[in-house]
Amino acid sequence: MYAYNEFDARFVRGRVAEFRKQIERRIDGSLTEDEFKPLRLKNGLYLQLHAYMLRVAIPYGTLNSRQMRQLAYIAERWDKGYGHFTTRQNIQFNWPKLHDVADILDALADVEMHAIQTSGNCIRNVTADHFAGAAADEIEDPRPTAELLRQWSTDHAEFQWLPRKFKIAITGAPNDRAVTKAHDIGLRMVRDDDGAPGYEVIVGGGLGRTPMVGKTVRDFLPKHDLLPYLEAILRVYNLHGRRDNKYKARIKILVHETGLDEIKAMIEQAFVEQKAKFKGAPEGLMEKLEAVFAPPVFNNTQSLTFDNARAHDPVFASFVETNVAEHKNPAYGIVTISTKPVGGTPGDATSEQMRAIADLAEKYGHDEIRISHEQNVILPHVRKADIPAVFAALKKVGLATANIGLISDIIACPGMDYCALATARSIPIAQQISERFDELKLERDIGPMKIKISGCINACGHHHVGHIGILGLDRAGVENYQITLGGDGSETATIGERTGPGFGADDLIPAIETIIETYLSLRESADENFLMAYRRLGAAPFKAAIYGDEGHARAA
Amino acid sequence: MAVPRFKHPQIVTANDLYDGDVVYLTKEGGWSIQIGDAAIAEDAERAAALLSKGGAQVSRIVGAYLADVSINDDGKPEPVHFRERFRTRGPSNYFHGKQAEIQ
Repeated sequence: MYAYNEFDARFVRGRVAEFRKQIERRIDGSLTEDEFKPLRLKNGLYLQLHAYMLRVAIPYGTLNSRQMRQLAYIAERWDKGYGHFTTRQNIQFNWPKLHDVADILDALADVEMHAIQTSGNCIRNVTADHFAGAAADEIEDPRPTAELLRQWSTDHAEFQWLPRKFKIAITGAPNDRAVTKAHDIGLRMVRDDDGAPGYEVIVGGGLGRTPMVGKTVRDFLPKHDLLPYLEAILRVYNLHGRRDNKYKARIKILVHETGLDEIKAMIEQAFVEQKAKFKGAPEGLMEKLEAVFAPPVFNNTQSLTFDNARAHDPVFASFVETNVAEHKNPAYGIVTISTKPVGGTPGDATSEQMRAIADLAEKYGHDEIRISHEQNVILPHVRKADIPAVFAALKKVGLATANIGLISDIIACPGMDYCALATARSIPIAQQISERFDELKLERDIGPMKIKISGCINACGHHHVGHIGILGLDRAGVENYQITLGGDGSETATIGERTGPGFGADDLIPAIETIIETYLSLRESADENFLMAYRRLGAAPFKAAIYGDEGHARAA
Repeated sequence: MAVPRFKHPQIVTANDLYDGDVVYLTKEGGWSIQIGDAAIAEDAERAAALLSKGGAQVSRIVGAYLADVSINDDGKPEPVHFRERFRTRGPSNYFHGKQAEIQ
């Protein structure tokens, strides 16, 4: 794992000291809110519906046990004993007090963490495949590149005041678990004809008000060209991106309005200029980063513990089926810890749970923890022989829910329970769906299903790429929910189609149930999952089922 | 800019500078965490005056604005919009915020 060098440590401490003074000046009245707001946002501090909220970056979703314990400590000492993991691999604290924030940031700096660039029109926390370095299908670990991008983009003078926020995601595997096609820049590690690793560069993806699937501007970019090439993209965007209209300011609009061929030509032209000026990353930096993220020394001793537990304990077998993914080392498994118990709040973990996860990572997981954009926690390297012990420990702290990839593994943004921008609540909808399908005992029968819920058009809950997407809106003073179907955030990224008029909160869960019943009755076999069935059948049978023949029977 | 039509009585609400808690401007010109203490404006002119008075207190609060209310049988203001209703009590997933503080 990357450790701060002297420069990183000094920079982060310097920013905390600077922000401490700014907070003092706000409290003593020397700064107005208009002056203070952009400063606090640059340090990840939002003012939400009921309280301040501090958004802390978890670079490319990677944590160690010491950092996780510190997050637990912060939650307990300065918040209400829990934290919320987000779809951008960040953690949010929902109840900090203004005068405590600098102390919280110092506590974060103690474990090499910060909240810089988690807001504002700059390059945000670079996100990555949460199975990075562990996945069986991986070409190369994307984290050395992600760390290079973190260093390059942090406090990059030219890109601090972009037309709008800018998000980069990277995956090292062909199975895209990082939703790269829904980011301003998506990077996919690929190999050229000679087997050399490089990147496919995708630009102009994004969700929000105008959802778009990103477009490939380079099929293969050699690794050493990455920084000048990204600088070329950012430079084109910085110069030509719209600043006249906030809703048209993301790079996706520039790509769309300019046209793919033209934007490619502009980027390539800028790249020639950037490359000529580019002096290169510091000597040997990439090699050092690759060494830092080298895989741990695996214990390859064979053991029957795992197979025995699986054969004799059906509850454990069920956990393995959903929550354990294939590791590149056959003696190991990737364990996903669900933060979504029946009726729970997706993404929330208590201090006690965070400490339990830290203990498990330390004891059984080579001290590595990941946070996924799907708001779960991952132990990427667990020896199969240890997974029964991990499962037993998770059960004790309410973290053994076996539902990864199923209908109750829901993404939900904080919605109007916390967020000042929200137009409706998301969390209660997620809670009701998981409770309802638990009652029906249909979860396993339904199979792979991604429900994603956003509480406003900004789409932090990724509803556009949910197999079933739910968007909460304010319709004449009442919470109202639109449904989209057929969305997909993987390498076959697709924006879901709206079914039609939205549903009131009371009618939404029955509508979701009807969609599921329709799928179960029309699928060709249990092997045809919802998305496959939707692609075969189209929206018509689902629309007919939820709206009736007259069209709008149950819709508000 | 056209002046919006005055449809409901209004109160002034904001967030406390120190802890972000939802606060309401009182008749005395101070701030209360309870909506029941809020000063009520029955017309647009009085609402503008209240907002001007509350909004000026920038060293105590953030983001003062007018919120529509209805008046209950006890003569107390109640939110018209669900967002304002949530602001009077806190989140729905945990017993945190105002609902826990005001017993």
